[in-house]
Amino acid sequence: MMSKKQILIIFSLCLFVYACKKSDMVQEQVEAFLGFQQPANFPAPVYKLSANPVTKAGFELGRSLFYEARLSRNNTVSCGSCHIQSSAFTQHGHDVSHGIDDRLGTRNSPPIMNLAWNKAFMWGGGIFDLDLQPVAPITNHEEMDESVENVMAKLRLLPKYTTLFKNAFGTEEITTARMMKALSQFMVMCISSNSKYDKVMRKEAGVSFTTQEQQGYMLFKEKCASCHSEPLFTDGSFRNNGLSLSPINDQGLYTATLIATDRYKFKVPSLRNLKYTAPYMHDGRFLTLDGVLEHYHSQVQDLPNLDPILKNGARLGIALSDEDKSKLLAFLATLNDETFINNPALAEQ
Amino acid sequence: MMEKFNRKYNQLILLLACFSILASCEKGDEPAPEFMETNLAPFSVEFDNIIGDRTLTFNNTAAPYTNAAGEKFTVSMLQYFISNIKVATADGKEYAVKQDSSYFLIRSSDKATRFAKVRVPEGDYTRLTFTLGVDSLRSTMGIDKRTGVLDPAANGDHDSGGMYWGWNSGYIFFRFEGNAGVISDDANGDPTGKKQFKYHIGGFGGYAAPTINNIKTITVDLTTAGIAKVRKDRQSNVHLFVDAMKVFNRPNGFSIAAHPNVMFSDYSVNIAKNLTTMFRHDHTEN
Repeated sequence: MMSKKQILIIFSLCLFVYACKKSDMVQEQVEAFLGFQQPANFPAPVYKLSANPVTKAGFELGRSLFYEARLSRNNTVSCGSCHIQSSAFTQHGHDVSHGIDDRLGTRNSPPIMNLAWNKAFMWGGGIFDLDLQPVAPITNHEEMDESVENVMAKLRLLPKYTTLFKNAFGTEEITTARMMKALSQFMVMCISSNSKYDKVMRKEAGVSFTTQEQQGYMLFKEKCASCHSEPLFTDGSFRNNGLSLSPINDQGLYTATLIATDRYKFKVPSLRNLKYTAPYMHDGRFLTLDGVLEHYHSQVQDLPNLDPILKNGARLGIALSDEDKSKLLAFLATLNDETFINNPALAEQ
Repeated sequence: MMEKFNRKYNQLILLLACFSILASCEKGDEPAPEFMETNLAPFSVEFDNIIGDRTLTFNNTAAPYTNAAGEKFTVSMLQYFISNIKVATADGKEYAVKQDSSYFLIRSSDKATRFAKVRVPEGDYTRLTFTLGVDSLRSTMGIDKRTGVLDPAANGDHDSGGMYWGWNSGYIFFRFEGNAGVISDDANGDPTGKKQFKYHIGGFGGYAAPTINNIKTITVDLTTAGIAKVRKDRQSNVHLFVDAMKVFNRPNGFSIAAHPNVMFSDYSVNIAKNLTTMFRHDHTEN
């Protein structure tokens, strides 16, 4: 004979199961694949989505490829090795990227973030089409040290990719164009647009800046926004921000253009997700944001092609009091996007 | 007796038949057909790679070549893109081969690649024009348009004959490698001690800002060594000698010791100018 208590337990268990079922259904609806969605506070993307529309199958293939170690010569390094989601797709803690056979690159892993709005890729430029970008790390001696041809040969042996390519493109054929377009489909979906800043800008209910954040935002607009323009927090240009020359004398954009006025210019990075992407600059020389702000305040070097914005008469750099720095840091913290680094759809499956 | 006569008779018929075949091969006199863009027939350009007065052989250390600077060298790789083939008749009619069928990679290690086979209207052509390299338009096209020899994955990796720069999106138009004893073993030469020279000439002019442009247009006058008579029932072939010795010699002569490695650099512009002098029309097979 069941006691009242037992009946109650069974009844509440049933309720619990029912509740779970309901939330699963909701979850499924939330996860329905929506393709590329332009955030309300973002401009139109630069990437030509009409030539490569993002589909669920294409995105899933791209994600598999992004986390596929077979892209490297000895099957040890994937894109995700140096672009780690929890670090906003950078290689946290590494000044320069750490690739195959423990080889070191010369530059800091940039984030895979909002790339659909990028006009040019790499710290030193040279690549202007996201679909052509993966060729660089795959073939680079310090990164993956492999040939694209051989990557495809390895993928063709795996039934998993036979299926994924067929789902994405209709047939099993693996070509350079298909592989690159799938990778692009994954990468353009790595959108960070849910920081506190974004919510404030979209006037989402109940979200507003604190006084300090608001003051920091005003300071940002006054002192930083000419290069780190909203809402992507980069204008996509290449500039010399007055860093002292590195021991390897990395000449930045000049290497790709051979134009003298491009010497020591590097791509202006976004200021989103700085919490997760230390160290900073093209060679990861600053370990903290305090270090970065101090550079702009007192360490800017008058080298060839120094950006004119950083030279006002005899004063180099941007004058920042300690109070200014605190306010700026408070504002910059509103650009961190936890939903981006935790988005399960972007994680290795 | 009759048998003998028959045999002789047969031989005569055979001989006559041979003459008539030969006569039908003789096709100099027939008038050029009316020029019609849709009336396409096979046409080819043969790129026969040579070095000065000698044929090209690889790694011929027993008998190395000698450039104008007096440096002895051997060759391990020679390959280049040919694109945008155009022909013109004496009376000024021009035809450009359809873009998608007009990209060829000539690799001297593979004799089969020495022909650029295209289709042009029937006609008598006195001028041939082509691009050494890949035009800037195609160099900036999307990945879908980069198939065949233009596939960034094609032709091997950077060490084994690849013709694509991944780090600075663009094609290597002309790739010429070999060895020369004059090359030093330090950073100014070949630190690996293999005494290799490498010339990777590219640069299509840039995406965003104008950068070096080493695309060269080559025009060959066919009137001296034989015009191309393109007809549907045969294969007209313009046979060019491509003299890689010219890379070193003119107009911008240089020594291998001074410039053992030239890739994407300002100096490549000098070498690219030399490349335009490599092509010489030897004869045409009609």
